[in-house]
Amino acid sequence: MFQSICEAIGKKIINGCAAAGRMSMLFMETIKRLKDADMKEVFRQMALLGADSLPIVLMTILCTGMVFSVQTAKEFVRFGAASSVGGIVAIAMARELVPVLTGVVVAGRIGAAIAAEIGTMKVTEQVDALRVMAANPVSFLVVPRFIAIVLMMPVLVVFANLIGNIGGWVVAHYYAGIGTFTYENSIKVLAETYDMVGGMIKSSVFGAIIAIVGCYKGLNAPNGAEGVGLATTASVVLSIILIFITNYFLSILLYV
Amino acid sequence: MYEKEPVIKIRKLKIAFGSKVVLDEIDLDLYPGETLAVIGPSGTGKSTVLKVMTGLLAPTSGSVVIQGREVSGFGEAEWDELRKFMGVVFQYSALFDFLTVGENVAFGLRRHFNLSEEEIQAKVTDLLQMVGLPDTAKMMPSELSGGMKKRVGLARALAMQPQIVFYDEPTAGLDPVMTMTISRLIRKTQQQLGVASLLVTHDMESAFLAADRIAMLYNGRIVQVGTVPEIKNSTNPVVRAFISGQELKKEDLNGKQ
Repeated sequence: MFQSICEAIGKKIINGCAAAGRMSMLFMETIKRLKDADMKEVFRQMALLGADSLPIVLMTILCTGMVFSVQTAKEFVRFGAASSVGGIVAIAMARELVPVLTGVVVAGRIGAAIAAEIGTMKVTEQVDALRVMAANPVSFLVVPRFIAIVLMMPVLVVFANLIGNIGGWVVAHYYAGIGTFTYENSIKVLAETYDMVGGMIKSSVFGAIIAIVGCYKGLNAPNGAEGVGLATTASVVLSIILIFITNYFLSILLYV
Repeated sequence: MYEKEPVIKIRKLKIAFGSKVVLDEIDLDLYPGETLAVIGPSGTGKSTVLKVMTGLLAPTSGSVVIQGREVSGFGEAEWDELRKFMGVVFQYSALFDFLTVGENVAFGLRRHFNLSEEEIQAKVTDLLQMVGLPDTAKMMPSELSGGMKKRVGLARALAMQPQIVFYDEPTAGLDPVMTMTISRLIRKTQQQLGVASLLVTHDMESAFLAADRIAMLYNGRIVQVGTVPEIKNSTNPVVRAFISGQELKKEDLNGKQ
């Protein structure tokens, strides 16, 4: 009994390490093959990705900005710190909330789509077909998606920051009675451009994670329609976990 | 035909996944210009033979020589050089579902040949005509029936003028009429283009019609290799049972995986 539990745990750990290794290898190969990128396909992926995720990202961040303002504005006014609300909301959004939440939303929307699409290609032998036609699956499938997400994430972040701060201002102004000038000035005084640049860098890293995890899970999908479903779920869960872990270290690296 | 050096020469090929042995030291030759059918019940490693020959699976041990070169240690880049001379027709046709039928056929041409757009379109039209599917170039694979997809798969495999063509269960899941159509198409392709073909199938009728020689694979071993008449008149109990569709007796099931 005890032995079998130990064996099961050990097996899980070994499998986990092996998967981490293979994912790192896929990442290295993707970097090595960046030069093979078909720019037409990259632009197609970027358009697909941006158009697909922008509305949900904006919706998520608008609500986050508003709720953050709800929780801070009145309390800050009570302590006579009304002039800090705008800056606090802006910094929190730019540094942490926007990149992480955008990452989570894109992982759920785009990461899942990638895993499902490539997984379907894998189980219907289309990936094998690419290989026997001397078209490398990494160059052909992974590289364009990788470049597209890494480039599009910071763009989404810029739009998200804009809408998040508008949401914050609406609530601060109409709910807590903070003047527009005070709010705007607070952002100017407290927040720096670097706050947002750091968030953009973070989001690119998250994009790379989403692309590699989604492609890896798709390329290694178990056979059958069920396999595609498993690959899709696994890719979303793993991407989100990795985003949160990576975010902690990136925050220390970028802002401490 | 058989005095020439084989295009593919397999010696003592072994494939194992962990402790499960799929192919157990098999020898097989594919000669230029012939169609060799590998037959056998499902799960005996027929498709594995094809995967090894196209570099999708590395052998556990043994030797695979393709066009005079030992390929068992080849990397993906070296395989890609060889694959430019190969065409593969997949079991479920494996057409790229994000491309039109025409673009599927043109895929290899666009990547590996320096042709003008008119030349590519002309070739695509010719190939689709050859497999009996003119005017389908603009359609998406999802609009086609199973038999039509198989034929488009064949057109795609032949587009790069391969020297070796592989067929993985080309007639699986098709009605009897379409099965015969595809088998005749395989025969016609080989006669017209003079390519070496390897046909993996469990359909005896199809193998008899399309192949020159037949190799029977059973439990990871080659039971018999011979010409079509030799196999038809075989005295080997496993081959006879398989041809007549009888269940194999207990004493034949040595080392069933």
